[in-house]
Amino acid sequence: MIDLVSFIPRAVAQSIPLLLGSTGEIVTEKSGNLNLGIPGVMYVGGICGVIGSFMYERSLSDPSQINAFLGIAIPVTCCLLGSLLMGLLYCFLTVNLRANQNVTGLAMTTFGVGFGNFFGGSLIKLTGADVPTISLGTTSRLFRTALPFASSMGWFGQVFLSFGFLAYVAIAIALVASYILNRTRVGLQLRAIGEDPATADAAGINITRYKYIATCGGCMIAGLGGLYYVMDYANGIWSNDAFGDRGWLAIALVIFTIWRPNVSIPASILFGGLYILYLFIPTGKNLAIKELYKMLPYLVTIVVLIITSMRSRRENQPPESLGLPYFREER
Amino acid sequence: MRDKQLAVRMRNISKSFGQVQANSNVSLDIYRGEILALLGENGSGKTTLMNMLSGIYFPDGGTTEIDGRRVTIGSPKDAFDYGIGMIHQHFKLVNVFTAAENIVLGLKEPGRFDLQAASERIRAICDTYGFDVDPNQKVYDMSVSQKQTVEIVKLLYRGAEILILDEPTAVLTPQETDRLFAVLRNMRDAGKAIVIITHKLHEVQEISDRVVVLRKGERVGEMVTAESTTEEMTTMMVGHQVALDIDRPRPVNPKRRMRIHGLTVRDGEGVLKLDNVSFSVYSGEILGVAGISGSGQKELLEAIAGLQPVEIGSIEYINDDGTIDQLIGKDPLEIASMGVALAFVPEDRLGMGLVASMDLTDNMMLRSFRDGPSPFTDRRAPKELAEKVVDELEVSTQSVSTPVRRLSGGNVQKVLVGREISSAPSVLLTAYAVRGLDVNSSYMIYDLINRQKASGTAVVYVGEDLDVLLELCDRILVLCGGKVSGIVDGRYTSKNEVGMLMTKLGGEAR
Amino acid sequence: MIHVTKRRELPPQQVLAIRLAAIALALVTCGIITTMTTGLNPISVYGTMINGAFGSQRKVWILLQETALLLCVSLALTPAFRMRFWNLGGEGQILIGGLAAAACMIISGGRLPNVVVIPLEIVAAIGAGAAWALLPALFKAKWNTNETLFTLMMNYVATQLVAYYVMIWEVPKGSGKIGIINQGTQVGWLPQIGSYKYLLNILIVAVLTVAMYAYLRYSKHGYEISVVGESTSTARYVGIKVERVIIRTLLLSGAICGLAGLLLVGGTDHTITTTIAAGRGFTAVMVAWLSKFNPAIMVASSLLLVFMGRGAGEISTIYGLNHSFGDILTGIILFFIIGSEFFITYRLNIQRKGGKGDD
Repeated sequence: MIDLVSFIPRAVAQSIPLLLGSTGEIVTEKSGNLNLGIPGVMYVGGICGVIGSFMYERSLSDPSQINAFLGIAIPVTCCLLGSLLMGLLYCFLTVNLRANQNVTGLAMTTFGVGFGNFFGGSLIKLTGADVPTISLGTTSRLFRTALPFASSMGWFGQVFLSFGFLAYVAIAIALVASYILNRTRVGLQLRAIGEDPATADAAGINITRYKYIATCGGCMIAGLGGLYYVMDYANGIWSNDAFGDRGWLAIALVIFTIWRPNVSIPASILFGGLYILYLFIPTGKNLAIKELYKMLPYLVTIVVLIITSMRSRRENQPPESLGLPYFREER
Repeated sequence: MRDKQLAVRMRNISKSFGQVQANSNVSLDIYRGEILALLGENGSGKTTLMNMLSGIYFPDGGTTEIDGRRVTIGSPKDAFDYGIGMIHQHFKLVNVFTAAENIVLGLKEPGRFDLQAASERIRAICDTYGFDVDPNQKVYDMSVSQKQTVEIVKLLYRGAEILILDEPTAVLTPQETDRLFAVLRNMRDAGKAIVIITHKLHEVQEISDRVVVLRKGERVGEMVTAESTTEEMTTMMVGHQVALDIDRPRPVNPKRRMRIHGLTVRDGEGVLKLDNVSFSVYSGEILGVAGISGSGQKELLEAIAGLQPVEIGSIEYINDDGTIDQLIGKDPLEIASMGVALAFVPEDRLGMGLVASMDLTDNMMLRSFRDGPSPFTDRRAPKELAEKVVDELEVSTQSVSTPVRRLSGGNVQKVLVGREISSAPSVLLTAYAVRGLDVNSSYMIYDLINRQKASGTAVVYVGEDLDVLLELCDRILVLCGGKVSGIVDGRYTSKNEVGMLMTKLGGEAR
Repeated sequence: MIHVTKRRELPPQQVLAIRLAAIALALVTCGIITTMTTGLNPISVYGTMINGAFGSQRKVWILLQETALLLCVSLALTPAFRMRFWNLGGEGQILIGGLAAAACMIISGGRLPNVVVIPLEIVAAIGAGAAWALLPALFKAKWNTNETLFTLMMNYVATQLVAYYVMIWEVPKGSGKIGIINQGTQVGWLPQIGSYKYLLNILIVAVLTVAMYAYLRYSKHGYEISVVGESTSTARYVGIKVERVIIRTLLLSGAICGLAGLLLVGGTDHTITTTIAAGRGFTAVMVAWLSKFNPAIMVASSLLLVFMGRGAGEISTIYGLNHSFGDILTGIILFFIIGSEFFITYRLNIQRKGGKGDD
């Protein structure tokens, strides 16, 4: 039997980057922008945080003297700034210059993954540091600080309270995003743009501004996912390509949850669980089978995609103008 | 006469789309407490002009003043801020939203976002004017007239001061139209400025106080409705007396070519589009089809052409030797391979009849590209055909390798009709063949259709201009709400009779 | 105030000039960034890049081979794109084609002669690629399932499948790698022309380029694809079976991706890993799109991107930097070209806000 008390926390830890990535992408897609650059953005978010905190740690003579506030604020700010720049780039190309969204997104992923791996691999050389690897243990400890009484609360503490603060931030962001999308004027207007920009435009909504805010905001949320991965999950150690295909998994989640950030909370835990399920299922000597388990999230996403298209309920469809540029005077 | 207050003053407005000049130097005054009819034929630039006032398009030149103040309307939001609201012909509603969500969309009401309160206000407005709107109903569940009602409530909810309605009655039943006009009068009496875009003279007479007429993108005149006759308006709108003078030779040796019986069609959403339609088509004859737009004309032609799934009914094609082929359940290719020479000029020329980005030659082979055993296409014959069409139908184009999207509307239609009749069809279906065409091109199309008729083709002509139908067609079938409300002889009927039939069945035009 | 309107069509020379200007600008930007990160003087940046791409006979061969493979995948995606079917599954289709080829090599290894194994390998790779593309096509044709997302997901199913078989077939056990397959017997290795390792691949892709150009421009199938891409209602109007065209075209698209997998596994690498496609499935999307789906322009676009990658690789080797530097430069080039499209389609009208617009 699977040991749930140790399985769930690990599944949750796996799920947080996915949750942040998918929440960011849902917000983006609701504005009609299909940003396939999210995997790149998550790399950029992660590496920018790493660069910020690497510089900060190096400026300290004694790492244990780290200022807790700066130790967190610097990487978070760098991460958000880097992701924001990626979002601005995407918006400038697709909204102002009306470039094809798929092509722009893929170019951003190429660029972003390259950017992450380049600085991950060359940061030490570029800064002339004398360390063998990028290891931000001190910063990571700040990110991983759990509530002090979590360990004293047995299984409850382990399952619900053992995570670093970014995990709770991620869940809060998903809930807030869900509330904004479904219950506020801003959300209504944003959804209108994704469904039918001509109508939203005629209703006097500033399409460009909404697309910019939703896409850049979405990129910043997704960027935090990259930061969480390296600072919390990977204990502050950057290794190239370690983040892997989590960015695409986040995009899969968007479809799987049918564009609902609140559903993404349990769904990302499910995906995270599927991702590490092989560790908990006795496979004997057959290590190969775990690779097939890793396929599961994609397979279930495909199934959901097929089912929603077959049932064709209006509420469950992708935003109607997803991926299409909007030009008011098109005719 | 009342003292009128000037609300909008547009001067020398121009707008072009690519090579098409939609408006040139149009000037227009709109007053409060008045209903202004903007009259003109299809394609005369009425909608473009109003789209510029409501911020959808941006003028290439000219000036606009609102209440005496010079303004730049750069977006619909600007237009709202000046109190301008427009109901577009194609409704601007988000399908997956409820009525209430659509109505409050884009509003910046103070305080918390409260759909409940908005719904209450919507209900209050509906009670005042007698509308029937459920604020919680999703738009995709609504009928066309319900959607329009939502659009009107949306403007009322916003308290717009200057209201523009683009052909609002095109989809309404007579009762709904009456109700709409009553509301418009109330709003006028409350001091609002109202513009109604239309090409229907009786509506102009019934509802407007003043008329401005546009023709080919230019303003040609203005008159006070009460002091003018429909004849004067018509003259101004079309530019000459409506003695159309279209040839109508007697059918020579008409033989039954097609027999349609009990045809019933539903659309993808299960809405009844054609209800038990029966009629016959004869060779050497032009059968006109009249009706309010959306009465099933499109479905009828597409069903015959094999493009529309049929629920029940039969479409029989009667060959020269008397044998009968059933066309139901066949696609266009199968129909052609049965030896039935069917030509179809669809309403959507560039979206269905032609490929906009392809040149004339490639468009000519759209139906014939499969000919021959080679896996490669033969472009020689289509090129010759294209040259022939350009030559005979006087298509103005740089060459036969010009993409058709660069041609003007009339030339596009000539290319399409030219290709369709090149196959010497035995049945020719045409939908709104002269829509948007200038007078010369229209007459050329009438002439081409008449030549087909003379050569023994059975022609089905779906039209919207009753004057044309009455002068061109031998018989006229009138559709109303998907049913045949009558088939009349084109030579002995009157505009009045056809008009009555179009609204016969209680006017249930859906 | 800046106002945007659609242009009347520009003459081709002007379009070309805008594109070239964008590429030139991108190269300058790349040079500046390289100078900033390496401290190298700008002239020698370009010198190093050219040296990295064309510096020796071997380098030229690699450049051509890489160009051929990227071009091959771009050609594969093109018919689908012309039909407005966003096949983002090139990566998976290459992998699965490569996997099928590797399977043939491994399973038959030593027992069957090359005359049997190689044809088997060709059929398997092409068939597997086609099948991988067929699945999303079927659902698109029948239920209009979003193909962008479907094909994207299929990539990772393929990756995991390859990962699974790599574990099954790993040599030696526990290494997590397959190593060179049939190193001794060379069974299943595509033949080498003379002493040129890459010539066969390059020739195959050259033939494919011409064939694809002819297919799209002159064949009846190509004509149908254009009609379906422009308007499905026009296609139905003339009796083209849209579903059938979608399925047929995607089979072709997937088959050519499978071929690319074969060329990688059977032609050059003689092994399989999960990263063997090296992002070509995605890069090819951009190559195809930026070339306006024209195979002739695709040759130049592929060459440009591969040149950038190779040149940047040389810079990173010399300066001990990470090899991902090439991706950054490629990204920058792409951003510039993507952005330049705007100036081909639209025109900016600058007007003073509230001022007199027409005087």
